Amino acid sequence: MSIDLHQVTVTYGKGAKRFDAARNVSLSVGAGEAFGLVGESGSGKSTVLRAVAGLIAHAEGRVMLAGAEMGRKRTTAQRKMVQMVFQDPYGSLHPNQTVDQTLSMPIAIHKLGDADRRVSAALEEVGMGPTHRFRYPHQLSGGQRQRIAIARALILEPRILLLDEPTSALDVSVQAEILNLLSRLRRDLGLTLLMVSHDLAVIAHLCDRIAVMNRGEIVETTTADALAAGDVQNPYTQQLLRSNKGFDPSGGDLDLLDAVPIRG
Amino acid sequence: MMDAPLLRVRNLSVTYPSDDGDFKAVRNVSFTLGRERLGIVGESGSGKSTTGRAIMGLARPPARVAADELVLGDIDLRTQSERQLRRLRGKRMAMVLQDPKYSLDPVMSVGQQIAETHRTHLNSSKAEAKAASLEMLNAVHIRDPERVYAMYPHQVSGGMGQRIMIAMMLIAGPELLIADEPTSALDVTVQSQVLSIMDELVRERGMGLILISHNLHLVSSFCDRVLVMYAGQIVEICDAGRLADAQHPYTRGLLAALPELGRRRHELPQLQRDPAWMDDIVTPLETTSVKGGA
Repeated sequence: MSIDLHQVTVTYGKGAKRFDAARNVSLSVGAGEAFGLVGESGSGKSTVLRAVAGLIAHAEGRVMLAGAEMGRKRTTAQRKMVQMVFQDPYGSLHPNQTVDQTLSMPIAIHKLGDADRRVSAALEEVGMGPTHRFRYPHQLSGGQRQRIAIARALILEPRILLLDEPTSALDVSVQAEILNLLSRLRRDLGLTLLMVSHDLAVIAHLCDRIAVMNRGEIVETTTADALAAGDVQNPYTQQLLRSNKGFDPSGGDLDLLDAVPIRG
Repeated sequence: MMDAPLLRVRNLSVTYPSDDGDFKAVRNVSFTLGRERLGIVGESGSGKSTTGRAIMGLARPPARVAADELVLGDIDLRTQSERQLRRLRGKRMAMVLQDPKYSLDPVMSVGQQIAETHRTHLNSSKAEAKAASLEMLNAVHIRDPERVYAMYPHQVSGGMGQRIMIAMMLIAGPELLIADEPTSALDVTVQSQVLSIMDELVRERGMGLILISHNLHLVSSFCDRVLVMYAGQIVEICDAGRLADAQHPYTRGLLAALPELGRRRHELPQLQRDPAWMDDIVTPLETTSVKGGA
């Protein structure tokens, strides 16, 4: 299932207080493709993801999924097609619900039936056994929780999987497991992936094409190969590339950096 | 290469009692620190932060800290009372934590927070403390110190907040700075900027720096030496520039599991943990490759 965004703008507030979290974002992701969005906090990358998921309404532009334009209110079937995995598996699972309850909920909402079989199939899909089915999130490790979050997204058999920093809360060794799982799922299920990350190496591992965002706009669309070769045009992308390689003795541009206040 | 070490740690352990018996979060940790940048890397739960906190005297009961040696300059940290430790923290050793959003006092202007450290440790007057704070803000490359002095933490960016933390930690002139994930909450382009300011000050003042991080690339590109921790122990010590030649299977496994730009692999090798890595390491490790010359 393809994703097409045409000049999508997402705004908060009105009049003088209007803030464009994403401005004139256009991108197109083919069915079965893995597309990455990189950028720093406040760049609008998660906003774009939320607009695709229908979690926030876009003010201008068009969001098209599989060629059909998405309106302000989506149908159940449209929602089922697009599922999302969030960054923090410690925060995105209900602490008082067992894995079984967490996974059964979407089935009940979408009235799919056959819950028992679907739950055990989804667990198996993400490499977890029936022993984990009746546990609470606090009885699972970070990597296992993220597997459950992925299973919850997959249980509706979506065609598009949106990933918002799916590994940044995880240790390096666990990150490798989750990345391997995601690339296997994409291959086996033919999923379209739209992934957001601040880590260039992680995003270039999964995605072929990558858009770089800064202050709500896409500044450059490039490929994993071009990034690896350092063949990028935009100065911001170049700075991002240097910073991702570890400590950059040149420091970086102070003027650019002091401008953004702490969020949250 | 170095004169008397700044910090000597021998057989440090930190034990937490639990219902299933004692849990040793840190064990058999021995190293010395000169006027250098030492990195400690490891995954969550490896004991790297606990080691830093134990050195600072911040591992509170029910945790039990034991060591054969824990010496800062000429002071035996094991025998210091809580009151004495409070005087040492800030004056002789200081710590920068991960997120300035949480480690700065939200209801006090950042300038006052820096000045407070100066007044507490150096018994200075208000005017002296303010002058020193402004100078310190200047030293961490804040261009308009007067304006920033009066700002509150929510008004500053993450990178600026962390530079303010560094100013606060260094104003009383400590010899040892422990930075626990100082840039993990910051955007990558800001990381280098904060680190290079920290590096500049630590060098100018001839201080020792311990950088605790889970980021292998960051530590190996910034530090002189790296300690790799696993399950509470140091499993390997190596020159930072030669982390790629690390010997221990855990270090090698971690490096292999990192996705790399320009080296796209179908599947990332997953770390296979060997139960033997948990065994006690009794003989302290030496740095695997010794730098040539003086």
